[in-house]
Amino acid sequence: MVTQIMSDTDHDDAGTTAARGADGDVLRVTGLTVEYVTDGDPVRACADVTFTLRRGEILGVAGESGSGKSTLITALTRLQRPPAVTTAGSIVFQPRDGGAAVDLVTASPRALRALRWTSLSIVLQSAMDALNPVMRLGAQFADALRTHDRSLGNDAAWARAAELLATVGISGDRARSYPHELSGGMRQRASIALALACGPELVVMDEPTTAVDVVMQRQILAQVLRLRRTLGFAVVFVTHDLSLLLELADRIAIMYAGRIVELGTASELYDDPRHPYTRGLRDSFPPLRAPLRRLTGIPGTPPDLRRPPSGCPFHPRCAARFEGCDTHLPELVTKGGHAVACRLHDPTQRPQPAPGTSTGGAR
Amino acid sequence: MTTTEAPAPVRTAPGGPPAAVRAVRRWGFLLRRLGFYAAAAAAAIVLNFLLPRLMPGDPSSAIVEELQRVSGQQVPPETLESIRAIFGDPDQNLGEQFLAYLGQLARFDLGVSVVNFPVPVSELVLQALPWTLLLVGTTTVLAFVLGTGLGVIAGWKAGSRLDSILTPLTAFLSSVPYFWVALLALWVFGFVLGWFPLSGGYDANLAEGFNLPFLASVMHYGALPAATIVFSAFGGWLLGMRNMTVTTVREDYVLLAQAKGLSRGRVILRYAARNAMLPSFTGFAMALGGVIGGALLTETVFSYPGIGYLLFESLNKRDYPMMQGVFLIVTLATLLANLLADSLYVVLDPRIREQG
Repeated sequence: MVTQIMSDTDHDDAGTTAARGADGDVLRVTGLTVEYVTDGDPVRACADVTFTLRRGEILGVAGESGSGKSTLITALTRLQRPPAVTTAGSIVFQPRDGGAAVDLVTASPRALRALRWTSLSIVLQSAMDALNPVMRLGAQFADALRTHDRSLGNDAAWARAAELLATVGISGDRARSYPHELSGGMRQRASIALALACGPELVVMDEPTTAVDVVMQRQILAQVLRLRRTLGFAVVFVTHDLSLLLELADRIAIMYAGRIVELGTASELYDDPRHPYTRGLRDSFPPLRAPLRRLTGIPGTPPDLRRPPSGCPFHPRCAARFEGCDTHLPELVTKGGHAVACRLHDPTQRPQPAPGTSTGGAR
Repeated sequence: MTTTEAPAPVRTAPGGPPAAVRAVRRWGFLLRRLGFYAAAAAAAIVLNFLLPRLMPGDPSSAIVEELQRVSGQQVPPETLESIRAIFGDPDQNLGEQFLAYLGQLARFDLGVSVVNFPVPVSELVLQALPWTLLLVGTTTVLAFVLGTGLGVIAGWKAGSRLDSILTPLTAFLSSVPYFWVALLALWVFGFVLGWFPLSGGYDANLAEGFNLPFLASVMHYGALPAATIVFSAFGGWLLGMRNMTVTTVREDYVLLAQAKGLSRGRVILRYAARNAMLPSFTGFAMALGGVIGGALLTETVFSYPGIGYLLFESLNKRDYPMMQGVFLIVTLATLLANLLADSLYVVLDPRIREQG
């Protein structure tokens, strides 16, 4: 049923941590490009996105609105709808049991449906809208469970739904409730329980905590971490909230104008942000435990993707830009597992005389 | 504490409202609706009682005179009493008259038809009712099922070839006036081609009853009027359902249903169509309420022996007792159908149950 088998030659080293053994990876995304096909020129919402997700890892993806995060999510899960089209790249999913790897970009609808929920599930941004308003909660669990396990009876599926709800702290008898009878936080937790129903290896989460208050946000994140420890699924967690990712994620990818501009561990990004944009993001929220420091925003607005800037897309807003930034598109280059796409960190491109002080240290 | 009544709590304590509270809310909703419909029915009956009495002069005397003129004989005393109960008796006060009127209604005595003297109105209505239910009832349901089904298919793949042909074509067809469609069909298929009879509901030469030749003739006579009704009505359902499906398909819960790997049929039926049909269903309920009134144009064009034709005839011949009777029956039937629809809607949309 598997349509395409990943060959080793596809695994080009475009800046990810390719040194790791392939068996430790659950997802390898290479050169993923998603365009919105319009009457005019296509709008490139994701450009040449490359990363590797290890088994059981939480990869955070952070960026402003319009940076291509949500486009990335729907492309990863093949849930995108026209006019969004994946025009290049591959998303290779490696099943845990040593089965053949599948390229999700080219997989047939049938092969894809077999993977859905059992291997690859999703938590959507707004749990208010993600649950069918006219179906009882338990029925929405049961149909997923029974689709992927034909031998499961209806009563058993409902019992399993109650168990799953209990794992996120919702009393099992709420399975008989309709979504509108639950609070926003409960609905979001139910969505997470639903995503875990069939024991997936990869859960994609699209800003799952934006619609709930901070107390509920913390509870939900703690639950995700606890469930990840016991169940061992990997997570791609997309949000605009970098501070949240710093606490939650193992590694973080920063997206800007559809590109990954920096990718590293949470501590690397916090202590040593290399891209001027990452530094700007980090300096735009206050640290909880560190001494106070001056907060600075990032001047300007994200670029219009219909008319992306030439060269590095960040250069119009970049305080550290130098000659050539407006013409040369920097590659994502990995140094010691920490990747950055900025000419400041490319010895061959870096300007010889140190420019203004703003290009200097981490702060 | 505010003085206004607090809205129903959206956020409930963990565990939510107990089952008993939910049951009270659900039945409370139905009881409120029931009260509303009882009030509407009472208003209809009172209006039906008052209208002839508000007319200048003495309508019942006029009707009695008309009866005597048409039949050429003296009106029997019990008929006179029945007419006075319905159309007013100048010698009695309104209270007494109303009680007498209610008594008449309870006995389903709607007076005597002037044109078909001395056949009671109730008997004529009961004769016409099955024909209307058969023709208009089945076609209303058929048009709804057909239009809604095609609408889901067109809306699911909006912009597909099917959608881009079906939708504009339907919009064009459903804007053609119904009487024109009916007349054209009658002329082409009944008169020119001679495939279908020109008028009536069955072959008058056959014995009425549940025998095969008679039922076959009913089908044969009903096919053309039925086809015109379905032809004209299904487009509206199709367009409404298609547009609702287009919006529903973009909902996150449909996306999530796809992400769950459910079969396409299940995603379309249980997630997309199930939600998209809720507004259509309201329209369908209204249409069902209108069934009893009959399709006036259809039954007139095809001389079909239903309620609509009965009303048309009585209007032509100024048969007031007949009109009064039909109006009352139609009003009550509409209310009953709407009550039924309301109750079904409660089953279809759980969110309605807790609101007023």
